[in-house]
Amino acid sequence: MKRTTAKRRQLSNAPIISLEHVSKAYSAGAPALNDVNLHINKGEFVFIVGDSGSGKSTLIKLLLRELLPSSGRIVVNGTDVVRLRRRQIPKFRRNLGVVFQDFRLLKDRNVYENVAFAQRIIQKSGREIRKNVPSILSTVGLAGKYKARPKQLSGGEQQRVALARALVNKPQILLADEPTGNLDPKNSWEIMNLLEKINNNGTTVLVVTHNREIVNDMQKRVVTMKKGVIVSDEEKGGYIDED
Amino acid sequence: MRINTLFYSLIQGIKNIFRNKWFTLASVATISACLFLFGLFYSILTNFEHMVKSAEQRVAITALLELGVSDERVAEIKAMLMNREEVNEVDYFTADETWAKFAEENDFGDISIFTENPLEDCAHFDIYMNDVSMQSDLVEYLETIDGVRKVNQSALTAQVLTGVNSIIGYVSIGIILILFLVSIFLISNTVTIGIQVRKEEIQIMKYIGATDFFARAPFVIEGILIGFIGSLVPLAAVYFLYNEAVIYAASSYSFMAALIQFLPVEEVFATLIPICIGIGVGIGFIGSYTTVRKHLSV
Repeated sequence: MKRTTAKRRQLSNAPIISLEHVSKAYSAGAPALNDVNLHINKGEFVFIVGDSGSGKSTLIKLLLRELLPSSGRIVVNGTDVVRLRRRQIPKFRRNLGVVFQDFRLLKDRNVYENVAFAQRIIQKSGREIRKNVPSILSTVGLAGKYKARPKQLSGGEQQRVALARALVNKPQILLADEPTGNLDPKNSWEIMNLLEKINNNGTTVLVVTHNREIVNDMQKRVVTMKKGVIVSDEEKGGYIDED
Repeated sequence: MRINTLFYSLIQGIKNIFRNKWFTLASVATISACLFLFGLFYSILTNFEHMVKSAEQRVAITALLELGVSDERVAEIKAMLMNREEVNEVDYFTADETWAKFAEENDFGDISIFTENPLEDCAHFDIYMNDVSMQSDLVEYLETIDGVRKVNQSALTAQVLTGVNSIIGYVSIGIILILFLVSIFLISNTVTIGIQVRKEEIQIMKYIGATDFFARAPFVIEGILIGFIGSLVPLAAVYFLYNEAVIYAASSYSFMAALIQFLPVEEVFATLIPICIGIGVGIGFIGSYTTVRKHLSV
C-alpha cells in the first residue's frame, strides 16, 4: 500500500471514521467484509472503489448503522456505532449526510419540501427552515426550481436535491453511494464538482463509485476493495483494474 | 417533542389522504363495507332481541288468591312481588273484576242476572316478567306465599322464548365475531398494501435521521382518519336504511304493529355509533401502527 499517513495528519489529528478489524458475514458463504481496517480523517475526500460484491455497499450500511458488524469496532464522528442503541440511531444519522444512486427523494413533495424535510426532522423552526433551504438550494444551483416535483427534474437535478437534503443540516460527514450511477458524464461531473466544493468547506466526503474516469481524474484518496478486503489504499490514487 | 412537530405530523397525515387518493378510497371502501354489514346485522339482531324481550314481557303468570284475603295482604303481596328483579309488572284483579272481564270476553251480555259471582275465588295477580327464563323460580316463590292458593303458568312458552333468546344471543355473538374478524383481515390487508407501496418513503425518513415516532406519526394519523371516515359512511347508510325500513314496515304491515315493535333509531344508534367509530378508528390505528413498524428497522 502506498498510503502515506503524513498528509492525513495535516487534515486532522484523529480519524472521523474508523474501522478496526471489521468483518460482516450475512449467512452462508464468504463474508461481505473480512477484517477491514480503515481510518478516514476529518476533511478527507475518499473514493471507495471495487467490483460488485466487493463489500462497498456493506461498508456504507455499516457506517449508517443499517447493519451491525459480525465483529470489530466502528467509530464514526466519535460514536461507537456497534454500541449505539436503537433509539440513538436517528440522532447519530443526523450528523451524516447520505446520497444514493437512485436519489431517494419523496416523490409526492416538491424540491423545497424534500430539503425542508431534513430540517423538520431535527426540529428546526419554520423561520430557520425558510432561511436555510433557499440558501442550500442556491448552493446546488436549484434556487429557481424549488417548486418542482422530482419527476419534473433531470437525473442530475434530482441528485442535486438529494445533495441539498444531505447538506442542509451541515453534517460533518457525507456518504455518497454511487452518486453518479444514474447520471450522464456531464451531470456526473457537476455532482462531483459539488462534492469537491463541499469537501473544500470542511466536510469529510466518502464516495462509493464505479466511475473510473472520475476517480482517475480527481486524484483523491482511493480505497480499493475486493471480496470484502481492502486491497489498496492510495493517497492520490486511481481506479485499479481487476486483472 | 415540539408542538410544531405534532402539528406537522397532523398536517402530513391529512395531506397523505389526498396524496394517496386510491389507497384512501380503497381503505375507506373496505372499512365502510365491513362496518356496513356489521351495522346492519347489529340493527337486525338488537331488534330481534327487543322483540323477544317484548314477547317475554307479555307472558303472564297468574297467581290465584284464597278467599277472603284482605286488601292489606293483597297490597303486601304486590309489594313483595314488585321487589323481585325478574318481575316487570304486577296487575291485581278482584273476583268481581275477573268475573266482569270473563263475561265480556265470552259475550255473556248483562251479568246482573247472576246473583252470585261464579268466580268468587278467582281474585288474582297477573305477573309479567323481565326475564322469562326465571319463571320457574318465581312460581316456586309464589307457591310459598301465604294467601296464594294456585299458580298458573305457561312453561312451554317460557321455554320456547328462553330458547329463542339464547339462540339469538349465540347467533349475534357468532355473526358479529365473524364480521369483526373479516373486517380486521380485509382492512389490515388494505392498509398493508397501501403502506408497502410507501415503504421507500419510510426508509428515506429513517436514513436521514427521523425518529420512529416522526416517521410513523403521519401514517398513524392517516390510518385513524381513514378509519374514522370509513365508519361514518356506513353509519349514515344504516341510519337511512333503518329509518326507511321502520317507516315501510309500519305503513305496509300495520297489522303486525301490535306484534312487532322496532327499537327507535336513536336507541340502536346510541350503541352503534361508538362501536362503529371505535372499530374504525381502532383498526385504522392498529393497522397503520403495526404495518409501519415492519419498515422502521432501517
